[in-house]
Amino acid sequence: MAETLLFNALREALDEEMARDQAVYVIGEDVGHYGGSYKVTKGLYEKYGDMRVKDTPIAENSFTGIAVGSAMTGLRPIIEGMNMGFLLLAFNQIANNAGMLRYTSGGNFKIPMVIRGPGGVGRQLGAEHSQRLEAYFQGVPGLKLVACSTPYNAKGLLKAAIRDDNPVLFFEHVLLYNLKENLPESEYLCRLDKAEVVREGKDVTLLTYSRMRHHCVQAAKTLEKEGYDPEIIDLISLKPLDFETIGASVRKTHRVVIVEECMKSGGVGAELTASINDRLFDELDAPVVRLASQDIPTPYNGLLESLTIVQPQVIVDTVKDMMALQV
Amino acid sequence: MVQERTVPVFSPTATTISREDGLTIYEDMVLGRSFEDKCAEMYYRGKMFGFVHLYNGQEAVSSGVIKSMRSDDFVCSTYRDHVHALSAGVPANQVMAELFGKETGCSKGRGGSMHLFSQEHNLLGGFAFVAEGIPVAAGATYQTKYRREVMGDESADQVTACFFGDGASNNGQFFECLNMAALWKLPIIFVVENNKWAIGMAHERATSQPEVFKKATVFNMAGVEVDGMDVLAVRAEAQEAIARARAGEGPTLIEALTYRFRGHSLADPDELRPKHEKDDWFSRDPIEKLADHLTAHNLATAEELKAIAQRIQATVTESVEFAQSSPEPKPEDLYRFVFAEDV
Ligand SMILES: Cc1ncc(C[n+]2csc(CCOP(=O)(O)OP(=O)(O)O)c2C)c(N)n1
Ligand SMILES: [Mg+2]
Repeated sequence: MAETLLFNALREALDEEMARDQAVYVIGEDVGHYGGSYKVTKGLYEKYGDMRVKDTPIAENSFTGIAVGSAMTGLRPIIEGMNMGFLLLAFNQIANNAGMLRYTSGGNFKIPMVIRGPGGVGRQLGAEHSQRLEAYFQGVPGLKLVACSTPYNAKGLLKAAIRDDNPVLFFEHVLLYNLKENLPESEYLCRLDKAEVVREGKDVTLLTYSRMRHHCVQAAKTLEKEGYDPEIIDLISLKPLDFETIGASVRKTHRVVIVEECMKSGGVGAELTASINDRLFDELDAPVVRLASQDIPTPYNGLLESLTIVQPQVIVDTVKDMMALQV
Repeated sequence: MVQERTVPVFSPTATTISREDGLTIYEDMVLGRSFEDKCAEMYYRGKMFGFVHLYNGQEAVSSGVIKSMRSDDFVCSTYRDHVHALSAGVPANQVMAELFGKETGCSKGRGGSMHLFSQEHNLLGGFAFVAEGIPVAAGATYQTKYRREVMGDESADQVTACFFGDGASNNGQFFECLNMAALWKLPIIFVVENNKWAIGMAHERATSQPEVFKKATVFNMAGVEVDGMDVLAVRAEAQEAIARARAGEGPTLIEALTYRFRGHSLADPDELRPKHEKDDWFSRDPIEKLADHLTAHNLATAEELKAIAQRIQATVTESVEFAQSSPEPKPEDLYRFVFAEDV
């Protein structure tokens, strides 16, 4: 067991996969000489050279298209979005070509690529660097959306994403890069399509992902002391959703609170709510509650910013209110 | 009225092209023309749908470039892609069936006119959004270079030809990719088919420098202009560019001055282009020009060329029969191909 920071866990994943398969390469802004904006690719340039750790000009849409073309012809590119928000500039290549091309080509080509990088609401980074992109991308057919949340799953999921033959959008959170955890010495992978039961409980299911998982864990500690027993599920896969795990939990607790950092309108929570109503309505003892971030550009001011995203106390209060509602 | 650009003069001799190559190219151009004429007919008869962009008039560019390439080289096109696909070797049956939306189409009926793909023929697409194919083509060349340099594959010397229009040459992806291709010495040929119009936008109204080939120089890249109505001229430039790319000496920007003989798409009333402009370009039909060269230098007789045209006509007619009699995709396959696991 070695204690590993999350960003180092990601680097280990890249390093191991690059060593394992020559077709795997990294491409993006400042990934090479500089070692990545959050040092995830540090040292890889020295080890693998210029072609395999490719520093690009600041041309997001084009280098994303280059990754697509190389994936169509047999390579396995990993794009680092210096900040995932910059990939809005690459929306066309991600949606039309990474996401849809396999289908429109009638299965002629596959596009094995990973698009990863730092995102989410950090500490007063301002609106453009504090994007919540999940909602924008979840409508794109053909893309898999995965969010990591711990050093352990960051490493195992990234390795699995690199080996997956589909385009995977891999969300990392700027405020989680310094999480520490003891990781196994031996190789392991995590399933991309499997949600993680973080805490078993019987009262209410908290469905969450990325940084909000940790807010849920914090809220659960308070709730526990007050005699509540919440179940926490980290979705991991935002698309497709793991309804096996979600369904099993809802059939047990009959209550759902969704806790997400995504914007409320048309967000992951909106999709989840609709799908739960479609599939599990008879199991519910209360309407699904969505705790999402506010539908506003992320404000710079620290107080306003904290009001924009869901805080642990709100989760505590929501669960208590829901439990007070007896059926 | 803007003055027509003076086209560089190419003076072929009797040895510029062999009889065999001349006939191959002639056949390819006639196939392109006949196929597109048949598409227009089928479209107006309600057999195909959507936006259908025909290539009539520009055949010298597709045939001149693609017929100079190897079968393991790559081709990347736009929404005006039928003829590039045919030149790349995708059978007419498969292209026509795709336009009819049939399971036997090269994209299994999922793509349509603007999304022709064939892995077998190294056709990367069929890209319906202006300029989005340019980075993808550059990516294919990155792969070739990578295979050679990182994986030590000596046979990785493929070249990619990337076709797009004058309109696309004002898009950021064009400039971004010229930069990266020149910087990284990628084996790519950027072929701008300057047909003077981007739907209703005249080229001079869209760019501060209408001579697109000149944009290569600021990227330290070779750039040439060529008479896009003269297949032998296009072929000569293409051969040079291909040799340069294959030798690892980097990309070339070829600007082919050409013209589309029909409206932008079959839905376009084509009201903006002046009659004298059209007449002027119609008089420079690239197929007739090659026919004249072949007969003038005794490389072929008029009867032989006529026989080729008849044979091609039969191929095209057969492609319609093939498309018509082919099955529709199955409803239960609606979700097939969304993910890589579906084969
Ligand atoms: C991104 C994008 N914007 C707009 C369009 C609509 N559109 C289709 S073709 C075209 C003109 C393109 O002209 P050009 O690049 O010169 O190619 P040509 O049609 O002349 O072959 C436009 C604007 C599109 N398909 N994609
Ligand atoms: Mg044009």
